[in-house]
Amino acid sequence: MQWESWSAFWNMGGAAYFVWGSYGVTFALMALELVLVLRRRKDTITRLLRWRRAVGKDSARGSAKEGGTPVPAMESET
Amino acid sequence: MNSPERSRSLFRFAAPHNFYPLAGRLAPWFATAALVLTVAGLWLGFFVAPTDATQGEVYRVIFIHVPAAWMSMFVYLVMAFWSAVGLVMNTRLSFIMSQALAPTGAMFCFVALWTGALWGKPTWGAYWVWDARLTSQLLLLFLYFGFIALTRAIEDPRRADRAGAIIALVGAVNVPIIYFSVQWWNTLHQGASVSLNKAPSMATTMLLGMLVMAIAAWMYTIAVVLWRARSMILERERHTEWVGAVLEREAQGGRA
Amino acid sequence: MLSTFLAVLRRDLLLAWRGRADVLVTLAFFVIVVCLFPFGVGAEPNQLRAIAPGVLWVAALLACLLSLHRLFAQDHADGTLEQLLLSSEPAALWVAAKVLAFWLSTGLPVVAVAPGLALLLDLEQGALPVLVLSLALGTPILGLLGAVGAALTLGLRGGGMLLALLVLPLFVPVLIFGAGAVEAEASGTGAAAHLLLLGGGLAGALALAPWACAAALRISTD
Repeated sequence: MQWESWSAFWNMGGAAYFVWGSYGVTFALMALELVLVLRRRKDTITRLLRWRRAVGKDSARGSAKEGGTPVPAMESET
Repeated sequence: MNSPERSRSLFRFAAPHNFYPLAGRLAPWFATAALVLTVAGLWLGFFVAPTDATQGEVYRVIFIHVPAAWMSMFVYLVMAFWSAVGLVMNTRLSFIMSQALAPTGAMFCFVALWTGALWGKPTWGAYWVWDARLTSQLLLLFLYFGFIALTRAIEDPRRADRAGAIIALVGAVNVPIIYFSVQWWNTLHQGASVSLNKAPSMATTMLLGMLVMAIAAWMYTIAVVLWRARSMILERERHTEWVGAVLEREAQGGRA
Repeated sequence: MLSTFLAVLRRDLLLAWRGRADVLVTLAFFVIVVCLFPFGVGAEPNQLRAIAPGVLWVAALLACLLSLHRLFAQDHADGTLEQLLLSSEPAALWVAAKVLAFWLSTGLPVVAVAPGLALLLDLEQGALPVLVLSLALGTPILGLLGAVGAALTLGLRGGGMLLALLVLPLFVPVLIFGAGAVEAEASGTGAAAHLLLLGGGLAGALALAPWACAAALRISTD
């Protein structure tokens, strides 16, 4: 074991600011990214549900061209 | 010859409606692996690896700095790879993958710069030096910003996909040129004031901790990118029946 | 094939001549940016001499960037671009012609004015030919790389800023070797290596950029 006590561990040989500054920001950013990604999923689902109700289920199906066909070209070739 | 059968089974996952549930099933496993490996890597890094003889404890930043720098460069290459696949094979999923990768790559690029600055202050006495590696990393961050800004600014997804793919490829061609030019410029201006290349002899446990953290960063990236790609797929395929079914299940609180 | 190239070149030069006010604005911008630096950093001749290559090169780069959006905008607005894309001629060919016309109408004036401005900054006179040569080799690369960015951002909201974000990182190697050449000549170490690298970069950009630009134009007008 490298450390004599927990306070020595947190002190990092006097470099606490640099070491914990690095790790803190890194893990904060990763946590933030995770939250944003999970929230984006929730937002997408609520938005698309509302959109489907607004346009009606039948016309939502294959009405616009940009969504593409349900069976993609990759598979239909083989 | 069973190759048509095999290629069919592999390419099956290039179809968004097959990829979506697969990604949903795989992502939690990658996330769990990332968590376990991060804990293991941090334990190796903080409790097993010895104090560095010349730098003291500050060097422990290496366990995130180097994996983040590796990831940021590698993610850009993977992005360019998916862009090329998308342009050549015309698969929608490739473009989705390259756009799902970009924010994570930019995040790691920023982390590499941030930790580099905090590591640089006690070792070189300055947060920032115009070293070849730091400067290339900064330019890589700008390339990420350009890609993200371009794909977000174009509303038509078809055009956004292809325009993003072109700029990713142009950037990938330029990355080695930028690195070479910056190194050339650096040797002229900086001289020997900073010698990063003199690699300190690393203890095996240090190296091991770094590798474990690098694999953890991989797992994290894969999990986050799969999750992000799932949202993008729903958005893009909203006119299809299978997305309708997924949404109905979500609305009833079920699991997709 | 050559006739298409020449026809597009002649047409674009004619258009540039009719809109020569735009060209003069670009040139005035270049001059003013260079003249701002002494006010910012002080008129100490030694200091000005030291930063002159970098200042001239950065100003040339910004002047090029500011005029880039004009490269395809007009043709996009009046439908010429779609006609050209529909024609059977190879797109890379007329794209190269357009970039050449663009460089002749905006890059060349900057190259011509640069030595005069260099004297304002007290750059060593022996380095002036290298300055001209480095700009003459480097600004076409900026035009070629910038054309790809201009094609990708065609008709987008806020396209100007986006274009800057896309192409400025790609301009860095040109800036390094261009300003480096002048600096090396001024400090007596010789600029041959820098100029050779710039020439190589120009050859590479000439070989690749027109195709990338043509592909980008197809995507943007689809």
